[in-house]
Amino acid sequence: MSDAVTPLTRAGMAARCARDIPEGWFVNLGVGVPTQVADYVPEGREIIFHSENGILGMGPAPDEDKVDPWLVNAGKKAVTLVPGAALFHHADSFTMIRGGHIDLCVLGAFEVASNGDLANWTTSSDDRTPAVGGAMDLAAGARRIWVLMEHVTRDGTPKLVEHCAYPLTAPGVVTRIYTNFAVLDVTPEGFAVVEMVPGMTLDALQAMTAAPLVMA
Amino acid sequence: MIDKRFNLADALADIKDGATVMIGGFGAVGQPDYLVNALAEQGAKDLTIVVNNAGWNRETGVPRLLDLGRVRKIVCSYPKNSPAFDDLFRVGRIELEIVPQGTLAERIRAAGAGIPAFFTATGVGTQMAEGKEERAFEGRAYLMERALAADVALIEAWRADRWGNLSYRGSGRNFNPVMATAATCTIAMVHEIVDLGGIAPDEVVTPSIFVDRLVQVPAEAQA
Repeated sequence: MSDAVTPLTRAGMAARCARDIPEGWFVNLGVGVPTQVADYVPEGREIIFHSENGILGMGPAPDEDKVDPWLVNAGKKAVTLVPGAALFHHADSFTMIRGGHIDLCVLGAFEVASNGDLANWTTSSDDRTPAVGGAMDLAAGARRIWVLMEHVTRDGTPKLVEHCAYPLTAPGVVTRIYTNFAVLDVTPEGFAVVEMVPGMTLDALQAMTAAPLVMA
Repeated sequence: MIDKRFNLADALADIKDGATVMIGGFGAVGQPDYLVNALAEQGAKDLTIVVNNAGWNRETGVPRLLDLGRVRKIVCSYPKNSPAFDDLFRVGRIELEIVPQGTLAERIRAAGAGIPAFFTATGVGTQMAEGKEERAFEGRAYLMERALAADVALIEAWRADRWGNLSYRGSGRNFNPVMATAATCTIAMVHEIVDLGGIAPDEVVTPSIFVDRLVQVPAEAQA
């Protein structure tokens, strides 16, 4: 990889993902970087955000002096409601998720395999405190699963792989990945590169990826 | 006259050792800590608790119940970030049944609706599938999950009338209305009790049929 290549920041990744979400979709955003996608929805485009603890029409974090202690998101952080929002209980909320009513879920991941397998809930099978939350419900139930993550781990290990080594959240569900270097689709031919950051080459991207890449 | 109002100690007095207790809440919202703290005082032990997360602040609620050694088993989706749970789990002093959050909600809903088991795609192809019956419908694989009922549900709502109709506030519904349907005895802590009709019929979220006892939280105990 040439030194001239500048990876996207996390905010840049979130903004790039937000551009591709069409008006009218119901979208659930995972905890962490995916939450930032909501901050970059293009002006005037109506997208309705879902939070699994019972909110449709979730808005941004409030100013500190306007926090409602009775209103949190799935990450247990204070949020707001937009006009048109609705509140409901967990069985209804997961009916939306498991019944295929949520158009898109954007999640982080430890690994994604070239067949769309997703590993994002635990890094070992004997995790000291395993915790799954709503990850498996979202992965199996949402109509589309997009992943937003760094292309490699902090120590440079590829996160796009042929077979996930970590325990699966769901098999064969991821259709698109946004990384700090590229946008990729999961296709029958494996990972297809849709877009790369300026200066990036297919060879350099391949060197950071543990599964074969093709150009889309 | 139907009147489900109880004082705190009487509401919890008959919870026995070995009971299965559901506890509502998600994050700090909708957690019936006033009831859970009183259950810790009451002293019932060998409890199985069904709760989404294992709490974090050791002073109150579920972590307090854990620290006092009252819990034999926890059924939950997200026990991370709970020092009280970690301490017990590390030394093998608590049993953990980890359940995907939507499966947890649906198992509780099923129990409340008289449905003994159901099939779901959640967990197929993962370690959650171990030991479960798998069956294909219309070409897709599903796991059988069993209903989850309880002896007692401890829930939090915002407003009640003396019949036990409940309304909620903000994201405080979460597991509370679902758990209310699935326990032999549902005990709700509420912040206001209004006259019959004071909650408009259109605005009742949990109808009185699902509620057995009401405890009003005194103003000084409200966070």
